Amino acid sequence: MSVSRGVVIALCGLGLALSPGAGHAFAQNAPEEVAPATNEGPVQSRHQRVIEQVSRRVVKIFGAGRLKNLYAYSSGFLVSPQGHIVTIWSHVLDEQEVTVVLHDGRRFAGRIVGAEPQLDLAVLKIDAEDLPFFDLEEAVSPPVGARVLSFSNMFKVATGDEPVSVLHGVISSRTRLMARRGVFDSAYNGPVLVVDAITNNPGSGGGVLTTRDGMLAGMVGKELRNAQSNTWMNYAIPISELKTAIGDIIAGTFTPRSNPLEAPLASPRFLPIDFGLVLVPDVIQRTPAFIDAVLPNSRASDALLKSNDLVLFVNDQLIQSVRMLREELARLEPGDTLKLVVRRDNLLIPVEIPVPETARKARKRANDPDTHSEEE
Amino acid sequence: MTPPPDSTGFITRRHWLQSASLASLTALLQSPSRTPAADADVLSEQAARVAVVQKCAPSVVAIFGPGGGGGGSGVLITPDGLALTNFHVTSGAGDFMKCGLNNGELYDAVIVGIDPTGDVALIKLFGRDDFPVATLGNSDQLAVGDSCYAMGNPFLLATDFSPTVTYGIISGLHRYQGPAGTFLEYTDCIQVDASINPGNSGGPLFSATGELVGINGRGSFEKRGRVNSGAGYAISINQIKHFLDHLKGGLIVDHATLGAAVATRDDGSVVVTNILDSSEAFRRGLRVDDEIASFAGRPIRSVNQFKNILGIYPKGWKLPLVFRREGRKQEIYVRLRGLHRQSEMTLQPPERPAEEPRPGDKDQEKGRKPGAPKPARPANRAKPKPPEQYAKFLVEKPGFANFHFNQVEQDRALRGLAAWGDFRTPTGPWKLTAHAVAADVPAVFTLGDELCGLVLADGQQAFAQETNAEAKQADEPPATGGLLLALHQMRWLLAKGPQAFSEFHYAGSEPLDGNGPLVDVLAAERFTARTRFLFDRQSGAWIGFDTERDEDVDPCEVRFEGLTEFNGRKFPKLFIVRHADREYGRFELRAANWGDA
Repeated sequence: MSVSRGVVIALCGLGLALSPGAGHAFAQNAPEEVAPATNEGPVQSRHQRVIEQVSRRVVKIFGAGRLKNLYAYSSGFLVSPQGHIVTIWSHVLDEQEVTVVLHDGRRFAGRIVGAEPQLDLAVLKIDAEDLPFFDLEEAVSPPVGARVLSFSNMFKVATGDEPVSVLHGVISSRTRLMARRGVFDSAYNGPVLVVDAITNNPGSGGGVLTTRDGMLAGMVGKELRNAQSNTWMNYAIPISELKTAIGDIIAGTFTPRSNPLEAPLASPRFLPIDFGLVLVPDVIQRTPAFIDAVLPNSRASDALLKSNDLVLFVNDQLIQSVRMLREELARLEPGDTLKLVVRRDNLLIPVEIPVPETARKARKRANDPDTHSEEE
Repeated sequence: MTPPPDSTGFITRRHWLQSASLASLTALLQSPSRTPAADADVLSEQAARVAVVQKCAPSVVAIFGPGGGGGGSGVLITPDGLALTNFHVTSGAGDFMKCGLNNGELYDAVIVGIDPTGDVALIKLFGRDDFPVATLGNSDQLAVGDSCYAMGNPFLLATDFSPTVTYGIISGLHRYQGPAGTFLEYTDCIQVDASINPGNSGGPLFSATGELVGINGRGSFEKRGRVNSGAGYAISINQIKHFLDHLKGGLIVDHATLGAAVATRDDGSVVVTNILDSSEAFRRGLRVDDEIASFAGRPIRSVNQFKNILGIYPKGWKLPLVFRREGRKQEIYVRLRGLHRQSEMTLQPPERPAEEPRPGDKDQEKGRKPGAPKPARPANRAKPKPPEQYAKFLVEKPGFANFHFNQVEQDRALRGLAAWGDFRTPTGPWKLTAHAVAADVPAVFTLGDELCGLVLADGQQAFAQETNAEAKQADEPPATGGLLLALHQMRWLLAKGPQAFSEFHYAGSEPLDGNGPLVDVLAAERFTARTRFLFDRQSGAWIGFDTERDEDVDPCEVRFEGLTEFNGRKFPKLFIVRHADREYGRFELRAANWGDA
């Protein structure tokens, strides 16, 4: 995250300064809401109705693997009565089919219609009709200081027909997302709505950010952490940024700017080769993460890794594919320790490898030409 | 926090610009300068929030261990000092605690009752009979989106004991948070986005109007270094209300199981997949493959929902269950079994309190001011000596959190016997001459110390039950569940008193027969027979009792009506006898001989 802390503080201050004004504008839109706080009846009931109506349009998404305590779950929202669902592009969608659970507990198989990794966007389809949905044409662009609600299945708290979680907050700033480091390398670098509530949690991605009266404003983004300050970024991608691509995907006229499986790297981040690892070619949907070769004089050879070792865990995360291993390596920060568990014959072997200072230096060490010239 | 220089400059420039434009505006309008007024609605909402905080804060308790260490919160609910908190707070602090209120005063406190499964504990503060208290609300009336306030002592910031207030909304209701390593289970709980942090444990969740709706105790802390992550969980006050009398009685409370396993089928229905044939549910007719339609009056659409409902009731409560078999619905009342064995309940979980600040926890270290209390220690250290004047308020007895409070509650419930008169002085057997209403025949009961008998219809039928250690406890007369044994236990209580039972304790309160008024329960044991004496919670009147000959058999249920004077002492005019969900018969008392010498 390259937004400096000082600027964020300043923007928060601005947001707070504006909020009474925003509240006033909101009151003008909905005059019946102006009621003294002591007489909360009508305000509360309208508020509850708004929350109920938004909740009906948000879905829970579970990856087909459904392994316990792996974040193979996320959120999404309906954008057509025929079951088109917008969600975040993530490894939950590794399988061609996922399970979608509606607000009423009905379960459907969800099929990926299209994706645009540069927008962190994917569109799913379930076979259903007459569903409640968000009309993307009615999406709004709330100002900084506006009060907002976020809806998502964070922490997988809801599973069946339970409603998703609702959080409240204020838009702290509108800014460009420039998260370009390690785990928080994000392909998306367009405008985002930064919020002061802790909206971005495991499973929150693909949820919705709405105004207090339930108007769709954004899609809740991925979890992003600043490794230096250990602070987390809470943001949503404005619908205005996604609308065209969603429309094109649904219409079948979409050409992705990038291949989902080969999303371009925004900045240098760790690759298997940085550790002296060569993985088997990623040929199928879930290629098992076998080590094809280990470069001599590399960190992997120092750790006595061998060809044909199967990587099972990276830092306690179960690794299901070559792609997931690449993702996990890319999440590492300089100074971290890479903890692997590999299977060799019938033995499980734990290995610890210190992560190099920078991805580039490591690659030089491994005599690999630096293909990423971007400065940090 | 010092802002970086560049941002300081930024703010200054902005201020300068603002003042410049304000100055020019003022000049333009030729009117005296004034600060722009805030929106009236914003100000009134703010004033309402301040009022709620001022109303609620005096009842919030900062809980410390006896040595001043600790890390928990609580809330006062009675003027004589009863306060709710989390079990994982008291289990770390020990039987005696120090409690701070926002008046800056520190009070001694003792453990009263605990609910290890539900993570609730009741403590009593000493020193006042006019403690400020929270008003208990109705958590079933909450809606997602409602405002709420969490109060407590997160990160032990309040060295003057005035609580930290965090404000948020209800994010979810009826959440199920399964056991995490121990038998702690949060069922039907309230999810909030108000910050819940280490040290908030046991503190109150207040509704928008300042009513107590929950006890904060948990959060989803994955990946965030054990600090708030936007999802905190509170135990609903409505669940706690079910257990409150149990807790006041110094009990280690247990939760319940139906004795049957359920699963969700593909069509969304919840069906019985396994059932213990020793369970009451089985005896009432529930079988494998029956579909559970509703439980305790709430419809069942998922296994989590079923667990949610089951989790909010104490062991031993009777609840209605509606099941569907081949399209036909049937309602039964089932008394719930205990979730744990007694031996499991008396063992203290070895775990550290879930939200105690950890030494070496970076955020915690930073948040703690110099001189602030140190993080709590594990409970199993050598016990510090209790404060001398309060030592008598702790009576240790296996199976109880604090038997002192059980004795207090026993004495309260037993006051219901006073209206009946003195049955202690006569020593001979009782002779009760009654009329069996349905059969329209005379019924004569003779109840002695070692033998009880019933003669029906002037000798056409006779039944007897020996009452000593060797005797077989029989179902006499048949299909009553052991009426003679039951009446013997009743006489034993009146003629010999509670001390004459091998076991006698206050067992909390419950709705009479699953749908009636709340009754206090006194549990008694003599030989293998167990009796639950029932007293109306409101009036204190003794209204009946259930006697079980043995475990896992249906009890003989006796209910009284019309307390009338017989031969110098009061006794019920009518006895209604039930067994296994059917009425066996009614006996109308005509005359009584109490065995006076």
